[in-house]
Amino acid sequence: MTESIIGHRTTRIDGELKLTGKADYAADHNLPGQVYGYPVPSTIARGRLVGLDLDAARQAPGVIEIVHRGNFPALQHSDNNPACGSEGRLFHSPNTMAEQNKVGEARLPFEDDGIHYEGQYIAMVIADTFEHARAAARLVTARYEEETAVPGLFQTDDEGEEAGDEAVSRGDPEGAFESAPVKFDHTYTIAMETHVAMELHASNATWDGDRLTIYESTQGVVFQRNAMAQIFGIPPEKVTVIAHYIGSGFGSKLFMWPHAVITAVAAKMVGRPVKTVLSRQQNFCSAGNRPASRQRIRMAADRDGKLLSIRHDSQNETSFVDAYTESVGSGTPRVYACDNVSVSQRRVQVNHGTPTSMRAPGEVSGSVALEIAMDEMAIELGMDPLELRRRNFAERDPSADLPWSGNHLRECWDDASRRFGWEKRNPQIGSMRDGHEIIGWGMADATWEAMRSHCKARVELRADGKVQVACGTQDIGTGTYTIVAQTASELTGVPLERIEVKLGDSTLPAGPLSGGSMATATTLPAVAGATRDAIEQLKQLAIADGAPFEGKEADALTFENGTLSDGSQTLSFAELLDKLQRGMAEGEASAAPGEEQDKFSFRSFGAHFVEVRWDPGISRLRVSRVVSTIDVGRAINPLTARNQVEGAIVMGMGMGMFEETEYDSAGNIYNNNYADYIVPVHADIPDIEVELLDNPDYNFNEFGVRGIGEIGITGMAAAISNAVYHATGKRIRDMPIKIADLIASR
Amino acid sequence: MRNFDYQRAGDVAEATALHGNDHSADFIAGGTNLIDMVKLDIMRPQRLVDVNRLPLTDLESLDDGRLKIGALVTNTDLAYHERVLADYPVLSEALLSGASTQLRNVATTAGNVMQRTRCPYFRNPARPCNKREPGSGCGALEGINRNHAVLGTSEHCIAVHPSDMCVGMQALGATITVEGPGGTRDIPFEEYHLLPGDTPEREHDLNDGELITHVTLDAPIDGARGHYLKLRDRMSYEFALASCAAVVAMDGDAIREARIALGGVGTKPWRSHEAEAALSGQPATEETFEKAAEAAMAGAVAHRDNAFKIPLAKQAIVRALATVTAQG
Ligand SMILES: Cc1cc2nc3c(=O)[nH]c(=O)nc-3n(C[C@H](O)[C@H](O)[C@H](O)COP(=O)(O)OP(=O)(O)OC[C@H]3O[C@@H](n4cnc5c(N)ncnc54)[C@H](O)[C@@H]3O)c2cc1C
Ligand code: SF4
Repeated sequence: MTESIIGHRTTRIDGELKLTGKADYAADHNLPGQVYGYPVPSTIARGRLVGLDLDAARQAPGVIEIVHRGNFPALQHSDNNPACGSEGRLFHSPNTMAEQNKVGEARLPFEDDGIHYEGQYIAMVIADTFEHARAAARLVTARYEEETAVPGLFQTDDEGEEAGDEAVSRGDPEGAFESAPVKFDHTYTIAMETHVAMELHASNATWDGDRLTIYESTQGVVFQRNAMAQIFGIPPEKVTVIAHYIGSGFGSKLFMWPHAVITAVAAKMVGRPVKTVLSRQQNFCSAGNRPASRQRIRMAADRDGKLLSIRHDSQNETSFVDAYTESVGSGTPRVYACDNVSVSQRRVQVNHGTPTSMRAPGEVSGSVALEIAMDEMAIELGMDPLELRRRNFAERDPSADLPWSGNHLRECWDDASRRFGWEKRNPQIGSMRDGHEIIGWGMADATWEAMRSHCKARVELRADGKVQVACGTQDIGTGTYTIVAQTASELTGVPLERIEVKLGDSTLPAGPLSGGSMATATTLPAVAGATRDAIEQLKQLAIADGAPFEGKEADALTFENGTLSDGSQTLSFAELLDKLQRGMAEGEASAAPGEEQDKFSFRSFGAHFVEVRWDPGISRLRVSRVVSTIDVGRAINPLTARNQVEGAIVMGMGMGMFEETEYDSAGNIYNNNYADYIVPVHADIPDIEVELLDNPDYNFNEFGVRGIGEIGITGMAAAISNAVYHATGKRIRDMPIKIADLIASR
Repeated sequence: MRNFDYQRAGDVAEATALHGNDHSADFIAGGTNLIDMVKLDIMRPQRLVDVNRLPLTDLESLDDGRLKIGALVTNTDLAYHERVLADYPVLSEALLSGASTQLRNVATTAGNVMQRTRCPYFRNPARPCNKREPGSGCGALEGINRNHAVLGTSEHCIAVHPSDMCVGMQALGATITVEGPGGTRDIPFEEYHLLPGDTPEREHDLNDGELITHVTLDAPIDGARGHYLKLRDRMSYEFALASCAAVVAMDGDAIREARIALGGVGTKPWRSHEAEAALSGQPATEETFEKAAEAAMAGAVAHRDNAFKIPLAKQAIVRALATVTAQG
């Protein structure tokens, strides 16, 4: 193969399966003898469950069992039980992927009689059909002793508990602030958001003796296997988690939620497979959220725009049953050159389900405040906001005293501002008009840490001429199947049609979570290693006694376009294996980050330029244009890579303008469905012009990739808010921006 | 399980006979609203009478210029009907601003007239709601009420009527024809939807067992133009925060006759005679439009989260009027 398939726009190899309905998602599996689980949620936000009347439900047609606190077995905690002192941080200790476990919510189902949030499970009805289970679940009545709920971060004075390991401090931020000529102190808030992945959470569990198999919509089959094994006290080998296809997760499916545990218990109790598919309403309550945050930024600069001090103090919501920390300020010490920086984080307990990672967790929230603050500083200084950023470019990682492996932010600024036409911006507020509309232009930087973890993979060169790659990671819809196939194709020269990729099964060699934008950088080196190993094994077979290349040196053989050659004799691997009467040559590899981690700081950067149109006569705000340039190293598949950035930009619009999971003062959720939880629809989505710079980061891995799923959402809401300021003169520091915030500015 | 009987009627007489005056029976047309509510467990019919086979799918131009719309004409067919496009564009625009193509393809005219509020407290059986369970209280009054009504509210209910189509019809003027055990009745559109008062559970002037057979639009006002403007958070697939249907006939530079109806702000599709009076005979200027908008919203009452709807509705009125009077 002459032209490299890596870096080539490649349509998803699983596209046809998805379009024809053949891709098997968790809830598509129907097992022999299967019955159905339907949870009974708490309808109050806080209190105690003092009575559960199950009689009517027990007598309802089709009911087989009701799982509840009274008959639930004692189980073990996962490793993120807050009682064990672990704060359960996600991505920063990934070295033991195959052993790690963590669940979405540390409290085991039905563990105490406390009600900690609306939607907490108080029972699960098991019946012969979904409809019977749902109908019976509605017959369960509960008696509560209700207590006054903490309905949310913005409705409590509780300062929360400090998350000590988030604290950063360098220089003398306070002193530098006091003596600085230009400074401000502002507070920013972001509403709670929900992932609303299209595919609902679903589990289908079945036991064979003491072996558990569970089909789950999960972003981590290996993680879930480990968590299940720990909770049930059985060896991980006895648990199989399968997730062949996932209808996205955005983080909500990284860590197992209580419904999966209840479903597995139920399957054991009734001795049959149990399938549970959560309703959309239930997805809002007990399967994670991006917690609301409040951020105080104190920023100071000299008159030339040199940043002198940044203090970034944040709070995030957590539940009463886990200690979730949103690392809001984690980007702040790194993005800009500034000698005096401090960051702190506090967790405030509220009566909501436990938060979890949601696309670019922490950093995206932090970027909203930091990037609006940069715009505010530019206004204070009378300076162009892009110029202010240029003056504070960080030549090295200021937080680690390490050189960047590759920081191409300047190229991003140059490219995106040129394509956007930024130099034509009239800085005067409200000065750019078109008919009824006022045009606002704003920009913000995007950034996301590059992470990599451990991964194993197996590759088989098979006698039928096919190459099979197997890895226990999964494709959440982003295109992992395709890039794995591209990698194997590139190294073997075998065309994509003859590459088979197996993912989404915890019995495969352990692969990473699909999260943190690390799946690509983590998986591909292992796939490459296993492919090379398989080729090496093939060569060894080829030179063995009685084999076609007997007596040759392995090194003297070349393997190209799927054929082995010594210069005179050429055999395809299929022909060779056929002659040897062997089914396959098999290779395995394991790959992990190495000492490069101590030499460089790995981080991706980008820039968003946004145009909004504000029609004051009808209070209509629209994003009319987005131009973004992002550097993520190399894009293995520019088609799916661009798709990730575009999707993240749209999600950033949601954060900036629409998304807000609302709880009323009683702590009851208000908008738990797709009609009332507003996300952008097609009509809202403008022209999005994404350019990916092609600067392979070979320090990070042999493919030069840094991962792309999350960076696109960072900075977006800030860029919108900054554009809104340019159009209206209104500085909106509370996301999402609502009509009511703007309407008076007519 | 809550089972229900399902019966399919072949004609109007059969449908009303099957239904009887049994309040545990419901007609089902497109089902886009009804099935939704059954799944949410907030409607629990024991019997469904399917009306989809009834011969009520035609539109008929009457000799007096009116347009008679069968109850089962879909929202899509109505929006693209040539008479509607030519003589009642405000209705076409209103319909097309609602729901989604897929929903409009099955949603019917009568079903749209009968659709129920989207108030989240109404749609959640765990919450108090006077409309769903008379006397249980109103969750929205002290709860989140950003989407709720500012016109026509009572201390018992502040739910907004969600329809766009009905706002268009309200501006155009129409008659609803119903048929039931007691025979046939014609009800002026404006009187059909009821204010909540102290009986929010009673939403229409329709008796048990009565079926809507037609909606007949008044003859178009000579020389009038119409426009429907819907304001909401996002550009599509969302109910109105405020909307305005404006129909205006000019006499030189002065407004001869105007019809104003509002959506997203009223407990029923809201006709504003106050605004119409403020426009009649006046020059088509911004100042006139603003006066009309003030008049329309003079009686508005805001709750905690929805005060912005009052200026927003005014903006909708002013812009709709400016647009409709500027058309070439
Ligand atoms: C996601 C979503 C978004 C939507 N967005 C909008 C929007 O933006 N704007 C808007 O205006 N609407 C919107 N709708 C509502 C939609 O317009 C209604 O659901 C639809 O018009 C109902 O028509 P149907 O034929 O499906 O009614 P059905 O669901 O069949 O019936 C609704 C009610 O009408 C009664 N009924 C039906 N036919 C008759 C009859 N002939 N006589 C007496 N009673 C009858 C039924 O008994 C039932 O009570 C939306 C709906 C959904 C689901
Ligand atoms: S506003 Fe009306 S529909 Fe909503 S909760 Fe109150 S009574 Fe029920």
